[in-house]
Amino acid sequence: MTSLPLQGIRVVDFTWLIAGPLATKYLADYGAEVIRIESMRQVDRMRVAAPYKDKTPGINRSGFFNFFNANKYGLRLNLKNPAGLNLAKRLITTADIVIDNFRSGVMTKLGLGYESLKQVKPDIIAASLSPFGATGPYSHLAATGHQIAAGAGFVSLTGWPDRDTVPPYGPLPDFIAARYAASALLAAVSYRRKTGKGQFLDLSQFEASLTFLSPLLLDSALNHHVLTPRGNRAPNACPHGVYRCKGDDSWCAIAVSDDAEWNSFGRAIGSPGWTKKREFGTLSGRKQHEDEIDKLVEIWTTGLTAVAVMKRLQAAGVAAGAVKNQKEILEDPQLSHRHAFWRLNHPEIGPFSFLGGSFHLEKTPARPRMPAPCLGEHTEYVCREILHMSDDEFLSLMNQEVFD
Amino acid sequence: MNGMLDGLTALDLTDEKGCLCGSILATLGIRIIKVEKPGGSPERNIGPFSSNGPIRESLFWLAYNADKLGITLSIETPEGRRLFKKLVEKADFVIESFAPGYLDGLNLGYESLSKINPRIIVTSITHFGQTGPYRDFKGSDIVDQALGGYLFLTGDPDRPPLRVSQPQAFLHGALEATVATLIANSHRELTGVGQHVDVSIQESLVKLTDNTIPCWDLNGEILPRAGRQRVGRVARTSVTQLWRCKDGYLDFLLGGGPTYVKSNAALAAWLEKVGTDEFIKHLDWDKLDMARISQDTLQHLERCIGEAFASHTKAEIFGEALKSGIELLPAWTVAEIAQNDQLKSRQFFSEVEYSDNPRLKLRWPGTFIKSSECQLNNGHHAPSVGEHNRQVYGELLGLTERTLRSLSAKEVI
Repeated sequence: MTSLPLQGIRVVDFTWLIAGPLATKYLADYGAEVIRIESMRQVDRMRVAAPYKDKTPGINRSGFFNFFNANKYGLRLNLKNPAGLNLAKRLITTADIVIDNFRSGVMTKLGLGYESLKQVKPDIIAASLSPFGATGPYSHLAATGHQIAAGAGFVSLTGWPDRDTVPPYGPLPDFIAARYAASALLAAVSYRRKTGKGQFLDLSQFEASLTFLSPLLLDSALNHHVLTPRGNRAPNACPHGVYRCKGDDSWCAIAVSDDAEWNSFGRAIGSPGWTKKREFGTLSGRKQHEDEIDKLVEIWTTGLTAVAVMKRLQAAGVAAGAVKNQKEILEDPQLSHRHAFWRLNHPEIGPFSFLGGSFHLEKTPARPRMPAPCLGEHTEYVCREILHMSDDEFLSLMNQEVFD
Repeated sequence: MNGMLDGLTALDLTDEKGCLCGSILATLGIRIIKVEKPGGSPERNIGPFSSNGPIRESLFWLAYNADKLGITLSIETPEGRRLFKKLVEKADFVIESFAPGYLDGLNLGYESLSKINPRIIVTSITHFGQTGPYRDFKGSDIVDQALGGYLFLTGDPDRPPLRVSQPQAFLHGALEATVATLIANSHRELTGVGQHVDVSIQESLVKLTDNTIPCWDLNGEILPRAGRQRVGRVARTSVTQLWRCKDGYLDFLLGGGPTYVKSNAALAAWLEKVGTDEFIKHLDWDKLDMARISQDTLQHLERCIGEAFASHTKAEIFGEALKSGIELLPAWTVAEIAQNDQLKSRQFFSEVEYSDNPRLKLRWPGTFIKSSECQLNNGHHAPSVGEHNRQVYGELLGLTERTLRSLSAKEVI
């Protein structure tokens, strides 16, 4: 088989939380050598976040951290120590990409802003995934993904019409920003292969997230129209929603998009009289009676498990999906078929399901090469194998507290 | 200035499941040729719509097909397939979102296309993937989110799981496909060989479940949906995430440890300034530990914070946060975002008079990234049906005007 797509690319990775680490995970999974720079002085928030193995905290025991960080190396380095900073720069002279997701200004303050990086390696590709971008009145702000979800309008778009809004779970902007960053980095690598030039990529997580709402931004400016939350309904489908099934907190999503699908739906559930009502035969008719139809659908679904509802409807060509919880996701047959998770042995927490390669490249599939690194796990490896450091130098740096 | 990926060409046969992918690649410099069936893509019927001007435009179509060239082609006809294969000879990428097996059935699958052009990268975006037990399942935004594990997590506990009202799933899949396509591109730069890229929207959504799958994996716990609360951060209980203000909501999450010290100090100072319990002054904020905090302390703290937030507006609170560093953000609406100072400063929006439809004055959003070196295309124009037939078929295949008229009469284009 041919070599991995990102063979020979080295990334010096200053990222934390999710947006940065997920971006570098794509690179690591496909062959780039990603070296995380970490310190005990300011531990990645993910390393001190639940869940912990056996509910016992520990900087290498967090499932949250481990899930997103397989295939990476870990170097422990005190960047506030001048010798530590020099070592980071030395590593950067051998690298292709430097990436961080701090708020704007942090890297510059550390002495690792783009201008400084260019002095060290003129063709370096540097990417900063900050909450609000490298410039502007908010650029100094710290904000996590779920906060940016609020700022970027996602919260205002989630809720039941008769109730207050709720936040969509988790840091949605992190997942959006990570992939944009990875895409831009890959494009920048291509550009440098052609031209020999590096560049600085300034990604605002706030701006990147707004691309998921572009049509609404256009609509708001043009028509002064604001989308208010509509529960699980959709303008061009009925029935469309999440229906209770047999079992505890068990649900199935159903989406009937046109009249042909409605007819299939009726037959799939045994053609009860109400599915043949003339006024339900068209989308507009169904929309007028949506409350009634939703109740009738749910009377049917509550008699079956979510998976049974899904299978019966899918067999008839109707879009339906069981609302899978976390256990069901790990056991999902399609995701297993896709190797969506990598079951690997981690030195401290033992067997653990790491997030896998996310998509399939048929000729060069992603491979799990190693679990997520313990903090500083590869400090010696990086120093000896990559920086060709002598034993004496390594000891000397250790005594200067560089590897703190 | 040059684009990062100048000189490459992609044939974009996607529908709403994948159109964002070509849009991003267009921003990065790739010439994207959107291939629609004669009469136009179904994406042109997706709302919201412009209500001004002689032509009703889909704002979804405009947003996700800008900077693409537009041609029409019926690959269902033998002549159309022949033309498509000729285009593939000149292309570097094919991006498609047909049902698994559809292109194979027309002899236009990866195997056939790679024989014509061994360099071709074919990116296929589907709900569940090219193979597997769900291969032939019918998907949709809400169904994909259900089977991707994300839908389970949002909403009030006493109501069904809830999705964001603006469909998201296909955008996540298309964005994932962009990364995948460029990884394959890197491989081709090293080896000269293309490949088939298989992207599943369901799989792309799994990572949105954040820390919840490890909660089950490590400790056998299913994290339930918790409305405006956040579970799993503090032992035995939940913490408030979305707080009411006088005129809306804001997102703020209590945290402990060194990375929260600055935010907590700023919050404490503000609480004291606006007037709060003595409790706040005596609390040792630096020792705050969410894994060990007592129920009483947490409740008291949340009550003090809640009262302060509830008696101020989003603008007042955010103004304070901007100055002092409290880590929070208001839940802004799309309308408020349009007036946002940060976006103004970054010149994010540009006022555009839409070329096809002069009375359409659009406020066009900016690109997802800024580059110090390269041009990023943001040309504010999505093609009308068959707009670039002459240009593309003429330049790439040397077809004459007469041939094009004949093909059009036969409904091949």
